[in-house]
Amino acid sequence: MATATAEPRVTTVKEDGHKHKKNALSDGQGRLAYILLAPTLLVILVVAGIPVVMSIRESFFQTNNGVDPTTGMVAGGERFVGLGNFTSIFAGTNPVQGSFGTHDRFVNAFLNTTAITIVCVILETILGVAMALIMSKAFRGRGLVRAGILVPWAIPTIVSALMWKLIFDADGVMNRIIGSQILWTADTGASFWAVVIADTWKTAPFIGLLTLAGLQTIPAEVYEAAKVDGATVWQQFTRITLPLVKPTLVVAVLFRTLDTLRMFDLPAGMIGFGKYRTETVSVFSYLEATQTRYGPAAAYAIVLFVYVLLIAFLFVKVLGADVIGDTGMPKKKKGKKGSGNDGKAPDAAAPGLEMMGGAH
Amino acid sequence: MATTTTPPQTQSTLSADEVAALAREKQSPKARVGMVASYVGMAVIVLYCILPFYWMIVSALRDPSQGRSTEFIPNPISVQNFTGVFAGQNNFGRSLINSLIVSGTTTILTLLFGIVAAYALARLTFKGKGAVLWLIMACSMFPIVVLIPPLLKMFSSTEPFQWFPRWIDTYQAVIIPGLSFGLPLAVWNLTAFFKQLPVELEQAAMVDGCTPGVAFRKVILPLAAPGVFTTAIIVFIGSWNEYLLALTFLQAQDRQTATVAISKFTGTTGFDTPYGTIMAAGVIVTVPLLVAVLLFQRRIVAGLTAGGVK
Repeated sequence: MATATAEPRVTTVKEDGHKHKKNALSDGQGRLAYILLAPTLLVILVVAGIPVVMSIRESFFQTNNGVDPTTGMVAGGERFVGLGNFTSIFAGTNPVQGSFGTHDRFVNAFLNTTAITIVCVILETILGVAMALIMSKAFRGRGLVRAGILVPWAIPTIVSALMWKLIFDADGVMNRIIGSQILWTADTGASFWAVVIADTWKTAPFIGLLTLAGLQTIPAEVYEAAKVDGATVWQQFTRITLPLVKPTLVVAVLFRTLDTLRMFDLPAGMIGFGKYRTETVSVFSYLEATQTRYGPAAAYAIVLFVYVLLIAFLFVKVLGADVIGDTGMPKKKKGKKGSGNDGKAPDAAAPGLEMMGGAH
Repeated sequence: MATTTTPPQTQSTLSADEVAALAREKQSPKARVGMVASYVGMAVIVLYCILPFYWMIVSALRDPSQGRSTEFIPNPISVQNFTGVFAGQNNFGRSLINSLIVSGTTTILTLLFGIVAAYALARLTFKGKGAVLWLIMACSMFPIVVLIPPLLKMFSSTEPFQWFPRWIDTYQAVIIPGLSFGLPLAVWNLTAFFKQLPVELEQAAMVDGCTPGVAFRKVILPLAAPGVFTTAIIVFIGSWNEYLLALTFLQAQDRQTATVAISKFTGTTGFDTPYGTIMAAGVIVTVPLLVAVLLFQRRIVAGLTAGGVK
């Protein structure tokens, strides 16, 4: 019954070994470190750094198409438009009717993305924490629940999108169960909720799993002491559980937020392209790029990127999400707070969450 | 909760069963009610997770002639959808092979780069480690769609990238950008695994005359094998499930990965979406992952949550 997640924490003491310079492995080995890191850094530069810079450059250009009005020739190549791709967002040249009234198509996509993210993340967090609390109380059957919880995680997002599309079909099982005739997958207000439900189903269990890992690091003595002092269950939850699990939870919520902001597979697979009620920035940008409107596509992607960075920054600064250092493990919070990141075990929780969707 | 309170050292005389038995004896009737409630809660969680997937299986096993029936148990059970998946026009067998090639290569490359980088991050002290960690983290944060406009332009070798070979419909067009989300995960996970191995192991090896490189290969790598394996599974599943890059860069039917192929299935009879076939294909794509998940769930959960192995 000893859990895999609780035990490794015992080794924390040993990590002190390489905080001291007097270590056979860390003495003047900076060059070796960079040699070992070089391939990874190079890959990151090639697969992420350069394309991002290219994308920024792209966002200032537009592909010429059709006939050039001045020469009467078929135009090719591209031209510099400065901030044109960004300012055209506010020009209102492409108004569409979405869930939030009539807006420019990008603004509509941006509002959809924001709304879906806020609703999904709140629902997933509440459900996830509830699941974790239930699982932490159980003595037996945790293995079964854990296996069950990994099912939504392991199903490819696009497959789950198609699965929910069938469930939410006008003649589908959801309408049969709730006894209604809602057009979930058409371009209606209900499609927004269909996406929210599908996303919550897929990721809430996972937040539960991470929160459970956080819960298991809380020593039982703390609860026993609280019981002796006459704390109610609710007091125990708000005064002990929440504060102690908060570091884990904040990181989990941060990564769920970032992942939901770039949602693509679910609205694309479930509702389809060109449906304004659920069109996210990723979907819109993808559509523009595949129609060779690379400039606007890049501009929209860059806006999304900046938005994601901003949210990440806010999480780190305001909520104190400890993304790279002692990620959310309450035990490590004791002391050594000022020693920086060097030598601390990065916690896999964050990128683990990342894998929930990839380009989800 | 006896497991978390008892330090492992003092546990040596008590087996896990005995500890659990001791914990049980102390339970009051009130606690027993709580326990029943928690089992009910767990059942709800499992149903919540499994039911939609159950619907997928049911729909796949339904006879195609029944259309979108909403009967909860398929009658008669038919495997016609599963044979239909591999019908010539769907090219599904080919897309499974494509998925295997793409995910397999991505996983191997990710591990090759990730292992050395993670070892450096776990064991060596050097300037700028924090910056490197942030860089890798930032790499996993940015939206994949940012890569699409420039890479689509480049890989289709349109102006001004005429010099670039046409990479649309090639595996590398998906594998290389795919590293941008596989690699951060692998580095993160593996760093956590390496950290858990006591540094004394290498020190002992080096006292015995090994160079750091040999100590790494002969001592650390074999011990980290479970961690490497876990990372491989997680990266493979992530890569297998990837959709956006594959949808954009693999357009030819014989190059599509399974996720793209499923999303593009068309019915034999015109406009009706062949849900039965799609669900059958979904089951085929998912079941290997589920088997892996069930076999290695402990490891996967550990890898996803704390990067821990025993």
